[in-house]
Amino acid sequence: MPSRTSEPGDPAAPASAAAPPAAAAAAAAAPLRSERPLRDTARDGLKIVVVGGFGVGKTTLVGSVSEIRPLSTEEMMTRAGIGIDDREGVLTKTTTTVAFDFGRITLDDERVLYLFGAPGQERFWFLWDRLFAGTLGAVVLVDTRRLADSWYAIDRLEHHGLPFVVARNNFDEPTHSLEQVRAALSLDPDVPLLDCDARKRESSRDVLVALVRHLHSLSHALEPTP
Amino acid sequence: MIRRPVDTGDPDRLYTVTGGRTRAYEQAFDLVTLIVRESGPTPGMQSELVRILQLSERPVAVVELASLLDLPVGVVKILLCDLLDMGRITARHPQSSGRGRQLPPPETLKKVLVALQNL
Ligand SMILES: Nc1nc2c(ncn2[C@@H]2O[C@H](COP(=O)(O)OP(=O)(O)O)[C@@H](O)[C@H]2O)c(=O)[nH]1
Ligand SMILES: [Mg+2]
Repeated sequence: MPSRTSEPGDPAAPASAAAPPAAAAAAAAAPLRSERPLRDTARDGLKIVVVGGFGVGKTTLVGSVSEIRPLSTEEMMTRAGIGIDDREGVLTKTTTTVAFDFGRITLDDERVLYLFGAPGQERFWFLWDRLFAGTLGAVVLVDTRRLADSWYAIDRLEHHGLPFVVARNNFDEPTHSLEQVRAALSLDPDVPLLDCDARKRESSRDVLVALVRHLHSLSHALEPTP
Repeated sequence: MIRRPVDTGDPDRLYTVTGGRTRAYEQAFDLVTLIVRESGPTPGMQSELVRILQLSERPVAVVELASLLDLPVGVVKILLCDLLDMGRITARHPQSSGRGRQLPPPETLKKVLVALQNL
């Protein structure tokens, strides 16, 4: 199994302008209300991001625990808006569109957790700060047949200081132990690593539970002791 | 400002929807800021604003609005700024996240944990 090596440099700006933003349906065609509206008392949105390579099961995981059918949306980035130069008041036609999907889980009367399936490829990470600021933590989904796809995401999460867990989505009978996976990913011993089946609701829930338990212990460690 | 109705999917269309404005307005909203309308649409209102007011009778997240309206998130945020300025909506900002790298307090995370375990 290959191993993750040193941290790569910052992502380069996207190579070229993407096609114009996806054509939207006429406004009149949009549904009148959400398939399953939130409670009137909902007032606190929380975020968890699921990252990983293409086809690793991000959308499947989000969909299996979400109370709504996963929805997708997109964010446009003007090339001028990437990095330093934020040209105010000008919406240039040179845009890059990044699509992501999401689902949600109503936690209680006030809190609702949003899960975002985000592309983990190098060329999308310029989005991270703007789109996913305030995220509680991340789930890195890995497919051991294509472990290298997740190296970059793990490096970036470490760089951003965002807490995460790693979940191996098993498409076939696993051929490596989790310890071998941990070594190949150069994962810190504190980072939880577990198996999952993204198609199963309980399994996907357990991945989220592992992440929040990890966050809970981290926040305890940060609390000043009385 | 007078805006034409939206009927195409090209960048010019988005330029029209937003009156050509970008960025500065976006910071006011998070992806998971919950929007609730204060009053319904009025005749002659821009069609996208009407749609937002229809969709926000109950609380709805910015990202869900974007998906339901089939508009990029940034465009929806700009429209929401207009509605906020007009006093037509209120925004319920995230309480437990959105504070840089800080984690919510352990009690909050405990509640999230228990809720997930009970799913
Ligand atoms: N056999 C198997 N297939 C899976 C599993 N998870 C996802 N898939 C399939 O793999 C494909 C890619 O999954 P998707 O969630 O779209 O990946 P994404 O690109 O990361 O969002 C889909 O056809 C899924 O049905 C799994 O645990 N086992
Ligand atoms: Mg996907």
